[in-house]
Amino acid sequence: MSGYFGGVIVILSLNVILAYAIFLPVASGQLNLGGAAFQAVGAYTAGFLSTSYDLAVGPSLALSVLAGGLVALFFSFIILRTRSVYLVLATFAFSEFVSGVIVNIDALGGSVGLSVSTHISGTVVLVAAVIAAAIVLLFMQTRLGLATRAIHDDDLVSELMGIGVRWTRVIAFTLGGLLAGLAGGLYAFYFNFVDIQSFDAASSIYLLLFVLLGGTQTFWGPLVGAAFFTIVPELLRSAISAAPALAHALGVTGELDSSWRFIILGALTVAMMIVRPEGAITRIGLSRLQAALFPSRLRKRPA
Amino acid sequence: MIVLIVQQLINGVMLGAIYVTVALAFNLTVGILNFLNFTIPSVFMLAAVIAGAAEERGLPFGLSGPLSWSAALGVGLAAGLLASLLVERLTFRYLKTRYGDATEHAIPLVSSLGFLLVFQNLARLFFGTQPHSFTSPIADANLRVSGLIVSAPQLLSLAIALSIVVAVTWILRVTRIGRALRAIAENPDATLLMGVDVKRIVPVVFALAGVLCGVAAAIFAVNYGQVYSGMGDEIGNKAVAGMVLGGLGSIWGAVVGGLIVGVAETLSIQFLGGDSVQAVVWGLLLLALVLRPEGIFGHHAIGKGKL
Repeated sequence: MSGYFGGVIVILSLNVILAYAIFLPVASGQLNLGGAAFQAVGAYTAGFLSTSYDLAVGPSLALSVLAGGLVALFFSFIILRTRSVYLVLATFAFSEFVSGVIVNIDALGGSVGLSVSTHISGTVVLVAAVIAAAIVLLFMQTRLGLATRAIHDDDLVSELMGIGVRWTRVIAFTLGGLLAGLAGGLYAFYFNFVDIQSFDAASSIYLLLFVLLGGTQTFWGPLVGAAFFTIVPELLRSAISAAPALAHALGVTGELDSSWRFIILGALTVAMMIVRPEGAITRIGLSRLQAALFPSRLRKRPA
Repeated sequence: MIVLIVQQLINGVMLGAIYVTVALAFNLTVGILNFLNFTIPSVFMLAAVIAGAAEERGLPFGLSGPLSWSAALGVGLAAGLLASLLVERLTFRYLKTRYGDATEHAIPLVSSLGFLLVFQNLARLFFGTQPHSFTSPIADANLRVSGLIVSAPQLLSLAIALSIVVAVTWILRVTRIGRALRAIAENPDATLLMGVDVKRIVPVVFALAGVLCGVAAAIFAVNYGQVYSGMGDEIGNKAVAGMVLGGLGSIWGAVVGGLIVGVAETLSIQFLGGDSVQAVVWGLLLLALVLRPEGIFGHHAIGKGKL
């Protein structure tokens, strides 16, 4: 798999894994504004192990998944004490802290970054994304997945119904960390270079937004969000770059880089929060769609 | 050595003055409206960058030539005010609870993140990422007191920041609007029933926040002689740290937290090197969140659950 189309597929795959990494904590009512930090942990683990210890791709990836999960497990205990706004701030503080620490470790290349010599093909990333999505789909069918849904809707009532809210939150957050670690490791091996600027606060915000815009009620929301915000900018890319004259007439003096796509995402977020704050894909929406497509199966099977 | 440390403490307090002003803007919206307004760093940046552009190129559409430094700062302030009111219009006004789940408190927050992206990237498109210089005649005046250097604009900034804090406290304590605002913080529904037009009072919070951002931007531009589109991330986010450290919703918490972050920053640059700032400031904040989540002056009610 190569070329322009292959590149888009790889970015899509990475975004899907990351979207699920954010989705799992959010599905249990914990907004995670530090997704990029967990990805950075995975990426640096994979990069460091393969460059310094010549570890093969498989074990490095496994360890980067583990590293992301362990850091998330540790951190999820810290944030158990915090709620709502404090929780968001804690995840934000954590991601700033992690990138601040990584920049100071010379073995990880500091602010220069880390070159990774082993390369993996895009197919590996795609396969990993499919597996990750399948795991999340299965997880959401289990009793635990049901519990996260309940906590997302009302944590107090869930507690009263006998759900271990704390443990469910820890597990969901840790699973998210594992997936973010995986995305990080794949990132390191596919792009062969890791630097801390790729995992800044802005990319955490970006990730959280496309999960929320896709919808956090069902498995399909993050998938739709990630796909929409990967593919639509690519489609628009040619249209925008064909209009430098227009941009110049508007007084744009900066580079016509990726800024405009963030403007679109931002404006869309503001609009969505007014019109449809629960995200594009909802449980009710899905069951209505099902009823419209398969009217004969109506009411025979609960959605 | 002592002189060096004292000098860094002075520098830290001066840097803290900017954090204090921005943190206060944060604290007003979160304390009164329970709304963590993530656009504030970018409103601060926008005010500074627009002031810089007004000094360099003048008003848009050829309305005027390059402006003097004080007029440019005024334009920046007005831009901050307008941007903040726009945020109120589009993020806060329409966002009422319509479905109940554990993350619903985040709807205005998420919307403000969207605005953050819009503001930041608009600035990046129109002004680029390079710093623009901002020249003002008072930038070079220094006072020397027994080996210590205190620059005049720094001293002025600290005075401005502190008098703003006092002014805001006065507004909240004494005036009629202030009383209405404190009532809204306590219970918006009951306030409405007591005959306060909540919808018309709420924009006051945003106007205040916008003005505070504009003032912080002016202080920054004069002190550092430059403005750039990345300063929201760099300065504004540390103001968040100061706010949380001091306590969400507490005015004097914002003051103390902002100053602590400023001093921690200059001291860690001095003793651990420039790269350590981020780890030290945010590590401090994480520690504070674990040990005392409500901050130094905060109390439990705000930011926990639904106000």
